[in-house]
Amino acid sequence: MIFLADSPSWMITPVILPLIAGLLCFLFSRRTFVIALITALINLFVACLLIYQLLVFGTIRYYIGGWRPPIGISLRTDGPALLMLLMTAVTGLAITLYARGYFSYRIADPVRGSRHQHQQRYFWPLWMLLLAGLNGLFLSGDIFNLYVTLELIGISAASLAALSGKPASQRASFRYLLISLLGSLTYLLGIVFFYRTCGVLDLGVLQNTAINEPGIRAALALLTVGLLLKTALVPLHFWLPPAHANALAPVSVILSALVVKGSFYLLFRFWFELFAPIVTTSALNFMGTLGAIAILWGGIQAIRQQRLKLMVAYSTVSQLGYLFIAFPLSRTLTGVPVWSAVIFIALTHACAKSAMFMAAGNVYLHLGHDRIRNLDGVRASLPITVFAYGIAGVSLMGLPPSGAFIAKWMLLTSSIDSSQWWWALVIMAGSLLAMVYVFRVMSHFFVIPKRESLKETTPLSPLLEWPALILALIALFLSLLAPWLLHILSQGSTGLAQLFPGGLP
Amino acid sequence: MITTLLYSLTGLILFGMGLFTLIIHSHPLRKILAINVMASGVFLILIATAYTPLGQGEIDPVPHAMVLTGIVVSVSVTALALILACRVQETSNRTLRKKTKQPKNTKGPKS
Repeated sequence: MIFLADSPSWMITPVILPLIAGLLCFLFSRRTFVIALITALINLFVACLLIYQLLVFGTIRYYIGGWRPPIGISLRTDGPALLMLLMTAVTGLAITLYARGYFSYRIADPVRGSRHQHQQRYFWPLWMLLLAGLNGLFLSGDIFNLYVTLELIGISAASLAALSGKPASQRASFRYLLISLLGSLTYLLGIVFFYRTCGVLDLGVLQNTAINEPGIRAALALLTVGLLLKTALVPLHFWLPPAHANALAPVSVILSALVVKGSFYLLFRFWFELFAPIVTTSALNFMGTLGAIAILWGGIQAIRQQRLKLMVAYSTVSQLGYLFIAFPLSRTLTGVPVWSAVIFIALTHACAKSAMFMAAGNVYLHLGHDRIRNLDGVRASLPITVFAYGIAGVSLMGLPPSGAFIAKWMLLTSSIDSSQWWWALVIMAGSLLAMVYVFRVMSHFFVIPKRESLKETTPLSPLLEWPALILALIALFLSLLAPWLLHILSQGSTGLAQLFPGGLP
Repeated sequence: MITTLLYSLTGLILFGMGLFTLIIHSHPLRKILAINVMASGVFLILIATAYTPLGQGEIDPVPHAMVLTGIVVSVSVTALALILACRVQETSNRTLRKKTKQPKNTKGPKS
């Protein structure tokens, strides 16, 4: 039987299913939400099933059509990939529900209803295509295939960002498209260099072939630059805030929580599995320095912003820096694999930042603007949204029960153990900055407005408020799941265990 | 060997020229063309990688497949970029027109 629980052919479902759903959404424009919801549910189910398979059977490879590499395309699962897949599935389900609430609220608007109907029609297929691209990225085991998924993500993300139709968002999304094209072309050039030196494209075969040659070093540099452009690490972050802040609310959530994680995940895999033998300490320190600048610069910019969505977007720039600070500390993270700190930051950030962007979107829907100065009294009218915002803020700061706390704790201890105290300073300064920008908005929420000038607005539907709250709660209690998540991570963490059997050098 | 090197160098130069234009020029159409030139450069290097002199072994099919995929991606992306550029142009023109019209309307006898 093909569909038994232990069959490896389940692995293609997360890629194929959203692709088909995207096409169906184009065809049946009235049932789009039902199609998307069913897809998101099945996607979540399959992600859980694949994790079950990983725990029972270990790492699985699946060759599409039975063609083995170097000719065929292969998919593979391991701990980090499946946790990212699970993150995408959970966040994706919440985003699907939220987008439904958002569009039905917007379409009920008598003046601009038809425009939002138009936007909704294109939102669902593009979102499904993006989901297919992300799932493909996490599961693919072939560097050229990864290029295709990167392009798929770039195209659908840029189109989604342009959906709101405002001139500012169109300019931002044009720039976003150009940047993502530049990034993927640089990535492709890196692949070419790689292929010339090694002659294979499959990640599993490549694992042992990374030797210290000029071609490989050039390939690493090109791949890194291409992916950094897409991940928006600090000198290359200029496109992110306008693109994320000017998009529709559900689109901002998708872009900020999921899309940047995809390219970061690849970058991390390359640095710590494929190219691990040739990566030098000074290169790791360089990445860490960029991350430190990102944390400080993003935090300071977030404090200076006047609009809520721009503030949340700059907070993304700042939080991405934490992912890169793990690079120089990776050499001393003994005992725990290097993946765990990074995965915890990524998971927490995905949930917390989605909740925050959803809350910001709700505030925008409720008030019709998101100027931070005029946010007084939102707490009284949107209690659940404000609660979600607060909890998400706690996770971003990295206070104890949240998943970010564990990650920051690992980074702090390892930076002090290896007497690289400057990283510890930056990590703590970043938390302080996060506290300032979260509380700055929070304090406005709790101010009671002097005049009773709040105009009567339609109440927000539970679909708008509850996904945000649930995601925020997941981010907050992620550390309680830590043993379980670490167990999954330790399954088939292919690269490091094989490359350094006696611990990291 | 020398043929491969020659074509690869040409490809790299094309890539560099495209990158230069992409950064220097601000016109959207030029930027899109620059991206296309860069893509052609990469494809040229890939094709050069697959080159084997006549009668000396089989031709490696993988780079050809990669170039074909790359061309398909590049065509569709160019279409998307052109549409977006047109939209940006239209909306900015419309807002320009509104801005120039507005003072006349407010001055008019209607209000």
